[in-house]
Amino acid sequence: MRYLPLLWAGLFRKKTRTILTLLSIVVAFALFGLLQAVKIAFDAGADMADAKRLLTTARYSIIEPLPIGYLRRIEQVRGVVGVAYADWFGSKYQNESNAFPVFAVDPARYLDMYPEFTVNPGEREAFVRTRTGALAGRRLMNRFGWKVGQKLPIASEIHANRDGTMNWEFDLVGIIDAEDPVAQGNSDMVLINVSYFDEARAQGKGKTGWYVVRVADSTQARTISATIDNLFQNSPDETKTQPEKEFALGFAKQIGDIGALVTRILLAVFFTLLILTGNTMAQSIRERIPELGILKTLGFSDGKVTALVLAEALLLLVLGGAIGMGAAVLSMPTLNNATGGRFPPLFVGLESWVLAAIVAALVALVIGLPPAWRARRLKIVDALSGH
Amino acid sequence: MTPLVQIRGLTKVYHRGRERVEALHGIDLDIPEGDFVALMGPSGSGKTTLLNLIGGLDTPTEGVIVVQNRRIDQLSGGELAAWRAAHVGFVFQFYNLMPALSAQRNVELPLLLTDLPSSERKRRARIALTLVGLADRARHKPKELSGGQEQRVAIARAIVSDPTLLVCDEPTGDLDRATADEVLRLLQMLNNDHGKTVVMVTHDPLAAEYARRQVHLDKGTMTDKGVLA
Repeated sequence: MRYLPLLWAGLFRKKTRTILTLLSIVVAFALFGLLQAVKIAFDAGADMADAKRLLTTARYSIIEPLPIGYLRRIEQVRGVVGVAYADWFGSKYQNESNAFPVFAVDPARYLDMYPEFTVNPGEREAFVRTRTGALAGRRLMNRFGWKVGQKLPIASEIHANRDGTMNWEFDLVGIIDAEDPVAQGNSDMVLINVSYFDEARAQGKGKTGWYVVRVADSTQARTISATIDNLFQNSPDETKTQPEKEFALGFAKQIGDIGALVTRILLAVFFTLLILTGNTMAQSIRERIPELGILKTLGFSDGKVTALVLAEALLLLVLGGAIGMGAAVLSMPTLNNATGGRFPPLFVGLESWVLAAIVAALVALVIGLPPAWRARRLKIVDALSGH
Repeated sequence: MTPLVQIRGLTKVYHRGRERVEALHGIDLDIPEGDFVALMGPSGSGKTTLLNLIGGLDTPTEGVIVVQNRRIDQLSGGELAAWRAAHVGFVFQFYNLMPALSAQRNVELPLLLTDLPSSERKRRARIALTLVGLADRARHKPKELSGGQEQRVAIARAIVSDPTLLVCDEPTGDLDRATADEVLRLLQMLNNDHGKTVVMVTHDPLAAEYARRQVHLDKGTMTDKGVLA
């Protein structure tokens, strides 16, 4: 801390230049924060995946339904300790831009399968008992101002009601919570009771979208997957069973390899930043050779002067990085509102902050080392004579 | 009594490309504690080189330099830096203040290397600035001060850690006569009243008159070592 005024003064000796450099760092880290949020949102399914959960879908397309009768047969497979199922409802609320996932599920089976989602026991019981019941994620509740006990009118883009319209109405009986930020993102959904949904829909009765299978031993996941798929081989509804993480990654990759895309963009951004900031830093130190000579004259050792130059680079990066990441955090609510729920919720988590700190330290090291080395080797007599 | 500075057989050789330049050759010199010595001589005579060696800014090619019973010619770079911080104050022709720091912060700089807390560093810097008559300019940056004031801030920085030895390289070279006299009187006061040993390089005979003794160099050798001013 005692050297902070010295570092600060050195950094802002040429205010305009430093502010422009700082701006480039801010923009780079704001972009880093945003793209990390996008990557995390896409990886959320995989990150939340449980190694003991398998997903069973139709073999050739996940949009093909499977018979509900598969439930008992999957349950009987050795090593399987629980089975839930869910069907895609395809919702829109009020208008096209308000889309969010709605799943028709067997309440108890589904909630038991996903312990990362927490539901108040009274509300869980109400959901189990109420055929027209629905649970909604807390962030959705807040976003649309819903209250437990109200009617929830939702239109489906896939399933017609018995009356021939696409309009459905449910009773909102509870809230889905999650402590983990990633799980919170995945809780942006509405669960409806499949018993009512299946009875009330005009077509597709007795079918479901996919099965979620819990196994006792994750090392047996492959064997059990194969066993399940063998059960339905050569039937009209063949299955494909895979670990939940694989399924989530495969699903995300249908859109594109977001991780690789984000990494490449960020590499380009930080490479440009390295050149720009590195040049500025080198120029700044070059201009201050006599001042570094004076510090050495006064008794600052070679090591201390080297550390001061590196610390100055670090201060610049930390300052710009923190402002940039802060800007990314501040932009999240606006971005989340703008996506209208069609995109997984974006957030800048602790992981992104830690990664940003590591990147800032690495960039500071790379841009700070050459001038720091020069400062270290500087001879006082040469520095004072301006050589 | 052992002199504060003892120099024996001091030689300094520089290499400029393939050219060998002998800046000092076989210098012997004693500077007693409390002395005020003016090193004089024409350009290229080696006076600044000698001053740099006495102040531990450079190391000799040959010879011995003992300051306060310690051979500084044998110290490593790190040891020499610590030695300078504790024992020597420096004043230069062009002041060499940090342009982005206030006068107060400039004076505090050498104290950053001590264990003193911030409040004590500030207090000592204020005392040093008061001693040079610039207490009211503590918050001013170098560009807001006159040349004479800048040099007085540099002197305050040189004395703030209470060194035994003050090493001054043409301290009045950039000042007008009246301001130069003020600065020289200040150095004289530090020598007379505070017992600082001052070694000053100057080419100005009027400046040299403020010293107790003049040492003349020419072409790297001493022509005399004790003309009384």
